[in-house]
Amino acid sequence: MNRSRRHILFFVSAAVFFGLMTWAMHDLPPVGHYRGPYGDAINATVVYERHITDAVTAVNFDYRGFDTLGEESILFLSVIGVGTLLRQQKRERKSREDTDELEKGQAPEPSEAMKVITLGLVGPLVVYGIYIITHGQLTPGGGFQGGVVLATAPLLVYLAGDLKTFKRITTHTLVEIGEAIGIFGFLMIGFLGIIAGKEFLRNVLPLGQTGSIFSGGTVALLDIATGLAVAGGFISAIYAFLEQTIEMRMEGEE
Amino acid sequence: MLILQIAILAFVAITGTAVVLTRDPRNQVIGLGFYGLVLALMFFLYEAPDVALSQIVIGAVALPLMFMLSLSKIRRNEQKRDEVKQKQREKAA
Repeated sequence: MNRSRRHILFFVSAAVFFGLMTWAMHDLPPVGHYRGPYGDAINATVVYERHITDAVTAVNFDYRGFDTLGEESILFLSVIGVGTLLRQQKRERKSREDTDELEKGQAPEPSEAMKVITLGLVGPLVVYGIYIITHGQLTPGGGFQGGVVLATAPLLVYLAGDLKTFKRITTHTLVEIGEAIGIFGFLMIGFLGIIAGKEFLRNVLPLGQTGSIFSGGTVALLDIATGLAVAGGFISAIYAFLEQTIEMRMEGEE
Repeated sequence: MLILQIAILAFVAITGTAVVLTRDPRNQVIGLGFYGLVLALMFFLYEAPDVALSQIVIGAVALPLMFMLSLSKIRRNEQKRDEVKQKQREKAA
């Protein structure tokens, strides 16, 4: 197929697509004028019912907590999948020298300014991640967002060129333990509801004072569990990718 | 606010098109990271800060990183293959 024919095909299908999109979106309510009843109902009752000021977190971890458990398991399974696909295969071997070569300056050595900035950012980033996780019920954010923020901390160490420390952090058993505790903790907190004689994932803990960090009952705990699971999962996935790129060699290479 | 919202929508369209039209994969990945940040700003301006927070980390860090790493792996494999072919040709000659 030559170039001009491809262009004709593109413009015709783009025009059709644009027409269909306009038709489909024509009946949408204007921005900010949501028509369904649920959003308004939750906005009106969430502070009274759950002592939570961030309605999104209340929906994610309480009103539809079961869905979130599913989402968390999806992430867990994807990380297992990535780890399985990128594992050391029979024809591959790890090259130790390559890791040292990177240290010695085979790869471009990061500048002093880069090192100072990235290493200096690690501390604030970890604090910020913990803040986002623990304030999920009060302000935007929560376990998922905070967990990913935490998982980017080792990347800063990698950017600073400190491959040894990066490996020590990312292969630490605590990463895997954190991920497992996160998933298991979510389930256990869910079972609290059944133990109390209600449904799975029912918010049975005392709700606390609105606006305090201990408010929201099980939501605060679920936030922390999700944060652990997400941080652990992302760190494992990032390490699997980096390991494949930096260390793994096919047999016969170099 | 409305002007900002229209402006950010236009910006999303422009950066999205730019990412598609970039030919070199490496530049494309960097463009993709920038596009992720613009998307996060759009979510924020449409009053969805929760989504914006996730988008910042996933769209601007995690996604480009995985593309970058895969690209570098592919590139090394290709280099290796070229070297092997070169050697075979020398042997034949």
